[in-house]
Amino acid sequence: MTEPETAPLLEIRDIAKTFGSVISLYGISTTVRAGQVTCVLGDNGAGKSTFIKILSGVYQPDRGELFLDGKRLILPTPRAALDAGIATVYQDLAMVPLMAIWRNFFLGSEPTKGWGPWRRFDSETAKRTTRKEMLDMGIDIRDPDQPVGTLSGGERQSVAIARAVYFGARLLILDEPTSALGVKQAGVVLKYIVQARDRGLGVIFITHNPHHAYPVGDRFLLLNRGRSLGDFAKSEIPLPELTRLMAGGAELEQLAHELERTSVGQEMLEDIS
Amino acid sequence: MAATAIGADERVARVGPLRRLLVKPELGSLIGAVVVFIFFASLSDVFRSAQGIANWLDPASTLGIMAVAVALLMIGGHFDLSAGVQTGTAGLASGLLTTYYGLDTWLALALSLAICLAIGFVNGYLVMRTGLPSFIITLGTFLMLQGLNLGITKLVTNTVQVNNFDKVAGYQILRRVLASTVTIAGAPFEIAILWWILVTIGGSYLLLRTRFGNWIFAVGGERNASTYVGVPVRRTTITLFMLTSTAAWFVGNTQITRLTSIQAQAGFGQELIYIVAAVIGGCLLTGGFGSAIGASVGALIFGMTSQGIVYAGWDADWFKFFLGAMLLLAVLANQVVRRYAEQTRR
Repeated sequence: MTEPETAPLLEIRDIAKTFGSVISLYGISTTVRAGQVTCVLGDNGAGKSTFIKILSGVYQPDRGELFLDGKRLILPTPRAALDAGIATVYQDLAMVPLMAIWRNFFLGSEPTKGWGPWRRFDSETAKRTTRKEMLDMGIDIRDPDQPVGTLSGGERQSVAIARAVYFGARLLILDEPTSALGVKQAGVVLKYIVQARDRGLGVIFITHNPHHAYPVGDRFLLLNRGRSLGDFAKSEIPLPELTRLMAGGAELEQLAHELERTSVGQEMLEDIS
Repeated sequence: MAATAIGADERVARVGPLRRLLVKPELGSLIGAVVVFIFFASLSDVFRSAQGIANWLDPASTLGIMAVAVALLMIGGHFDLSAGVQTGTAGLASGLLTTYYGLDTWLALALSLAICLAIGFVNGYLVMRTGLPSFIITLGTFLMLQGLNLGITKLVTNTVQVNNFDKVAGYQILRRVLASTVTIAGAPFEIAILWWILVTIGGSYLLLRTRFGNWIFAVGGERNASTYVGVPVRRTTITLFMLTSTAAWFVGNTQITRLTSIQAQAGFGQELIYIVAAVIGGCLLTGGFGSAIGASVGALIFGMTSQGIVYAGWDADWFKFFLGAMLLLAVLANQVVRRYAEQTRR
């Protein structure tokens, strides 16, 4: 094990959550360090969404504890998670398609100017900041007044990530950011993940695709039907083993065959090796 | 537009001025208003005289005040079918409390406001609490209020109206604030027109220039997303219902002050007209998109059409036909805009 010496940014200890008689999560533990990417892998129904919602304050765990910088952390609301520096980029991106980019960017945390009854939304600052932050991510949006709905999937992803980074997130949770995207767009998003990591953020990257996770991940938590299949450092687990654990023997072989047959799969396999 | 070097995405650049104009919600209604004005002005001299303008601005004004509030609520994703009868409730409450129970006028007005705010709160609270469509919840309160308005009025007065509001203390002050006229170019303009303009400016400012306005768009556009980023969805929605009730209070008291009496059925049926004005003004029925100015222009179109038909010497029955046709046109136009704004590229 070659874990770095830094203390974990977030430690998740033995989390459990049930909904009625359904055990959605049970006995989940992992750590996230600053400047590292922890990948949470699992197929549909593995409990990934529940896991995120606990970390972002939408659900409260029935059991288990969270520690931020070694201190016990309780997240009663999404707001509390944001205030603690935990920002979640949801699968559906938590954006309002009909609203302008700048309005979305600052939604819920609008900058204001003036005082008393004259306190108002500082739209100039909001527009300027949005444009600048997006430029920093390498995207020129030009017109911040454009509705978010007119952006492509990758662009929306980048707005969401830029927003999280701007609002001082120390821990970025990305919920299946690549699942709805084409190969090229997915590659762009993986680049943003690396960028966020290099800025010193802790990143939790949720995905069902080990081929997206492996190139950027430092740590891998595998979920299956609400339980942990293991929590590994990158050095402890090679990609084939990760894929095998995720898919299970026979299914994996079929997947490998399918990947070999398609050009996209070839590309992917080449990317990985 | 100059090309920018860093990561320029050639597809983003295609947003031309036309597209930006198209997503302005009030554009359609402004064009409509100009067309309607030219149409009736060419048919009738009176329509474009100062007296004519004062005449068609009058019905537009009280409707416009309600339409702005209803538009904000619609942008927030909800309907209030009880908004119309609430104007009746407000006027009846003020009237009954003063003329039959001898309460001080200002106290009666405050109580009337409290009643309206309570109705608005209940509407909003029930919608948030049950998760049922506001259409059903407010249909319920609409019917209940309609019954209460009639029932209580009959019980207290043994008639279906409240009279003699001009006999109460302070009526002259009220009249000056709510129902006086200002003579411009020889024609008397109702003071309500001024209030209407102020409400439109205030509503537009609230919507476009404040945090609360941003939240209105958000809760109406995508409720879950709003929750995730920390927007107080429940508070925003309940506040919107209470704002609508406040507008109903204002309009209801304007009406009783103006006429010095009020019918127990006052406001009944108006709720749909408010929604029509808001939709003509560019509000989407599904929420998340619309404009306060647009709703006001919708009310203006209503005023011009209702009076214009009379000036043109046509049977007033045609009015509803025109209104319906305009509503259909507006909805179709809105549909196009929405598809345009929401179209997604992967």
